[in-house]
Amino acid sequence: MLGLLGKKLGMTQVFNEAGEPLSVTVVQAGPCPVVRQKTKAKDGYDAVCLGFDPVTKEKRISKPEAGVYKKAGVKPLKFMKEFKPAKNEGFEVGKDVTVSIFKKGDIVDVKGVTKGRGFQGVIKRCGKAGGPAAHGSKFHRTTGSVGMRTWPGRVLAGTGMAGQMGNVNRTIKNLKVVDIDSEKNLLFLRGAVPGSKNSVVVVSSRAL
Amino acid sequence: MNIMNEINRRQLKKSVPGFRAGDTVCVFSKVKEGEKERVQAFEGVVVARKGSSNTETFTVRKVSYGVGVERIFLLNSPMIEKIEVKQQGEVRRAKLYYLRGLSGRAARIEEKLAETEIETAAPEQSKEVH
Repeated sequence: MLGLLGKKLGMTQVFNEAGEPLSVTVVQAGPCPVVRQKTKAKDGYDAVCLGFDPVTKEKRISKPEAGVYKKAGVKPLKFMKEFKPAKNEGFEVGKDVTVSIFKKGDIVDVKGVTKGRGFQGVIKRCGKAGGPAAHGSKFHRTTGSVGMRTWPGRVLAGTGMAGQMGNVNRTIKNLKVVDIDSEKNLLFLRGAVPGSKNSVVVVSSRAL
Repeated sequence: MNIMNEINRRQLKKSVPGFRAGDTVCVFSKVKEGEKERVQAFEGVVVARKGSSNTETFTVRKVSYGVGVERIFLLNSPMIEKIEVKQQGEVRRAKLYYLRGLSGRAARIEEKLAETEIETAAPEQSKEVH
């Protein structure tokens, strides 16, 4: 699995060759410099560490982190992620990995942190129906019954209840790469991607 | 956001005639039938223009064999070859959904007269009053 770190820019609509409108998410992916290359001989497994987004002020990162980037000979970066590519060759520490690893029509997975919605009730969070708003009803948006009686004598696992919604890692699988702008490092992915605008996402392909 | 604006702007068509709700237009859209591609015309009254930028759409309504037909077109779609404005209509609303409930003469939209004609007509009327 090889991928890129990127920034979600937002959603829009593009037309494909057949003239059909497609809803796409634009992700500015990379360029991601190779910060470190792990090998089986030295580290026990093959992997490649890619960084993304240079820091604006160098004092913002810790000294141990700064040392890692200094050793690699790249500018200090905000984010770093390890990938295990199918072929662990052709990577050179300090060199950029760009959107050119993908091509039009590729199927990719996108991982990101979903928008945080705070503490939400069961109607928004679990899709429960809720009760009538009027006509003397006192059952509006509350949870209601969460189980049976003495048997089973407990609340079943997975029962929807109120709590924190969003702000969790989510992976959206099998998104199609509709278009690539290698000049501006842009990926046009069919469909939605977790997170808000300008949030960091990981675009990866299981085939690479 | 700059990049997003640029992406959206890049998809805009260069030459789209100015028209609004109430105008009668003829839309020439490409239709694919198997391997062949031909152009189909759809003439009717613009009922609404919706959305903005690259996702803008417009709805055209016509009465075909006594049945009202509405078609929604994407303004910037490459499948639209040409839009011809046949007549400008005099309407006071941006969305003409009320046409759906009307038929015959009531559903007719009056033609908008050119501004110069109105100007020349107006002073004559005022003279008569005095």
